[in-house]
Amino acid sequence: MIKFIINGSEVEVDSAPMTRLLDVIREDLRLTGSKEGCGEGECGACTVLIDGMAANSCLIPVAQAQDAEVITVEGLAQDHRLAPIQQAFIDHGAAQCGICTPGFLVTASAFLVDNPHPTRQEVREALAGNLCRCTGYQKIIDAVQDSLSEPGRTRE
Amino acid sequence: MGPVGENIPRTDGPAKVTGDALYVDDIRPAGCLYGATVRAKIAHGKLLGITKDPDFDWTDITVVTAEDIPGKNVVYLMTEDQPALVSEIIRHVTEPIALVAAPTRDRALEAAKHIQVETESLPAILDPAVAEGHTTKIFGEDNVFKRITIEKGDIAQDGEVIEGTYRVGHQEQLYIEPQGMLAVPRENGGLTIIGSMQCPFYIDKALASMLPDVDMNVVQATTGGGFGGKEEYPSMIAAHASLLALKTGKPVKLIYRRDEDLRCTTKRHPCTVKIRSMVDSNGKLTMWDAHILVDGGAYNTLTPVVLSRAVLHMTGPYACPNVRLDGVAVATHTPPNGAFRGFGAPQAMFAAERHMDRIARTLGIDPVRFRRMNILRDGDSTATGQVLTDTGAETVLDRCLSAAQSTMPPSQIHPGGGTGKYRRGQGLALVFHGCGFTGNGEAWLKGKVGMVLDGRCVRILTSSTELGQGTETTFCQIAAQELGIDVHRVTVDPHDTEKVPDSGPTVASRTCMVVGGVVQKAARALRAALQAETGSVADFDVLLQSRVSEAELRVQVEYVDDGSMDWDDATYQGDAYPTYGWSACLVDLDVDLDTGEVLYRRFVSATDVGKAIHPVIVEGQIEGGSLQGLGYATREEVVLDAHGCMRNDRLTNYIIPTALDSPEMVTEIVEIPYKGGPFGAKGIGEIPMDGPAPAVAQAIECAVGVVLDQLPMTPERVITAMENQ
Repeated sequence: MIKFIINGSEVEVDSAPMTRLLDVIREDLRLTGSKEGCGEGECGACTVLIDGMAANSCLIPVAQAQDAEVITVEGLAQDHRLAPIQQAFIDHGAAQCGICTPGFLVTASAFLVDNPHPTRQEVREALAGNLCRCTGYQKIIDAVQDSLSEPGRTRE
Repeated sequence: MGPVGENIPRTDGPAKVTGDALYVDDIRPAGCLYGATVRAKIAHGKLLGITKDPDFDWTDITVVTAEDIPGKNVVYLMTEDQPALVSEIIRHVTEPIALVAAPTRDRALEAAKHIQVETESLPAILDPAVAEGHTTKIFGEDNVFKRITIEKGDIAQDGEVIEGTYRVGHQEQLYIEPQGMLAVPRENGGLTIIGSMQCPFYIDKALASMLPDVDMNVVQATTGGGFGGKEEYPSMIAAHASLLALKTGKPVKLIYRRDEDLRCTTKRHPCTVKIRSMVDSNGKLTMWDAHILVDGGAYNTLTPVVLSRAVLHMTGPYACPNVRLDGVAVATHTPPNGAFRGFGAPQAMFAAERHMDRIARTLGIDPVRFRRMNILRDGDSTATGQVLTDTGAETVLDRCLSAAQSTMPPSQIHPGGGTGKYRRGQGLALVFHGCGFTGNGEAWLKGKVGMVLDGRCVRILTSSTELGQGTETTFCQIAAQELGIDVHRVTVDPHDTEKVPDSGPTVASRTCMVVGGVVQKAARALRAALQAETGSVADFDVLLQSRVSEAELRVQVEYVDDGSMDWDDATYQGDAYPTYGWSACLVDLDVDLDTGEVLYRRFVSATDVGKAIHPVIVEGQIEGGSLQGLGYATREEVVLDAHGCMRNDRLTNYIIPTALDSPEMVTEIVEIPYKGGPFGAKGIGEIPMDGPAPAVAQAIECAVGVVLDQLPMTPERVITAMENQ
């Protein structure tokens, strides 16, 4: 059995240790917000936070999550209130088809903790591991720059 | 005032930022099986036999072959040429041959490997240049899907001919959600098909002759991008999932992995364009003779329509009295090509714009000035004889140049300048794009929209799908504005073919302009119905507040041709499109002298959209489409192996732009209202794809002096051209 915390809840899964974390999250835990776009760590649609670090869950064996704290897109909103980064994505039209959105939100959340007032170039660098085909990234960068509060906190 | 023109929060926003939105792979009915596809490995040949590996455990596996198809073995689109599964002749390397269903994905993939396919190879045609009239037959008698010729004036003119040849390759749509379908047997018989798609009714029609006795409804799941790639291919996957569901009696999910999606689904058509032209002593075009060869791949799909749009855009937005536009689309033994944003126009206008540069270079005229000398203006006629009004070409050119000047002070720009290993350049392109279907398409199609008064709220019934382009929000705004109610009281019903009318496909930059117009009309009809019920002509909301009846009010209206279009499909003469969008773009870039890599700095565009119903959504369309165009320009290349199979079938080697590769964008919206569109709106989805590639080519020429007439302009091609300089 592999134990970890996901979005604040302790879980125990009975998966082969080399099972992809993405499959455990989507198929066993039924948290389908994390998406599979390529299965090889290129698109970032499956990005989750593992102990605060953004990682492609399609490349992580579940065994590596033992005792870790995992946060998926479902864990960003608190007390039924959207996190500032989520609200900023809506306000700026940064989510179009939405399939890449969970990965961008998770990546941006981790990035903004370290760098709450990034330049546009810093945002571009931080998001370079997440692919979007709809927006041209302009609105996504606008949204990340506009989301000045820490992730996971609701707006005052 | 009202919601039209305002940036209201997108209706699909909350579900998409929380992870609540359900895409097809997120849906898992009880007892769901997983499908996989066994494919040909040769480009052309005979299928001799399909056998199951006797050493493999088949107890929990179901296999489907062409023999299991109850009706005609055909996935119908424009013609009945494409089978769901090969029964005799293999015509391309990834053609589906057999299907398997298993309790898990891994078991399905494993089982597929243990299906043995025996084939006999035959000579294959991979080169479109030799396809026409070849003794090896792929399609019809001569391997020609379609031929179109448009003539105006007389191209036999005296003078010096300026001639050029331009080549563009495949391009992959690369929606981030791979294609997938789920077929669920219904309790009372028949099937429900749920999936990632643009056009629910396409699937309904495509499967009708294959499954003649199966009642079905098709429901769009939240769809992770389409860009044309989910116009027709979903019908093939739906056919396969349905066959497996019918045979097993269980729900079957068929989700493509990225590599399978890249190898098998449709791409932008590769084309070769040859243009001959003449100009007079005043720099005015006097003759334009263009020919396009389009590689359709192994089956017809939508190729004739792509050819049509390509041919109709081969002059670019320029006036010329003597024109011949000629095109042929041929079959090859390669995976079929299909719809991709722009639909033939990006290919045609890359050539047209490059040719304008060639003429300007030959004459020694500034390329922007040369464009202005020949630009289409009100009263000019196109190659088909359509006389233009409300022409936006010059307006968008002026707006683009002024936006570029104000955001990039001339002092910062030194064409060909730069320090160290970089050289900087700017390039401009001017394009137009016919909005909606060609000619009589809409009049023939009669797209329908329903509207329901449900309590105090209004529901829109349409098959125009949300793909990320903002259809749902836009339609709610149009209806709310027309009815004078709060936009939050309007919703769009799920796109289920049993519950919504056929509004036509979600393609061709027609959804806002054409179907949005029908939404507006439906709103008027609903208001009229409420007024009739109450016997009052008061405002909709006033009547609603005092309404006593709780009965549901329901209307359905359809597109009605207003008679303003005069088009002859036989001769290709007349009004080719109800209106045109216009766009100018300017790209500022660096070329790396060591690697030939192109680095985008800034991208400025001005686009006539008629009326921006939701400016942020419109900007999103322009910026996203432009970046696809910039990818087409320098990065995105499909490499085929000796069997015509895509070799670079991964995101590590089919490269689309990341946030680091993309430029800062300045997006100017120009609004020249189109009276036939809702509140003046025009189509906007495709035109952003048209300009970037030729603008980049001109900018590279500006930076390092090399002339590139082939896409993509990869570092290898740029550096080779520089070495040969």
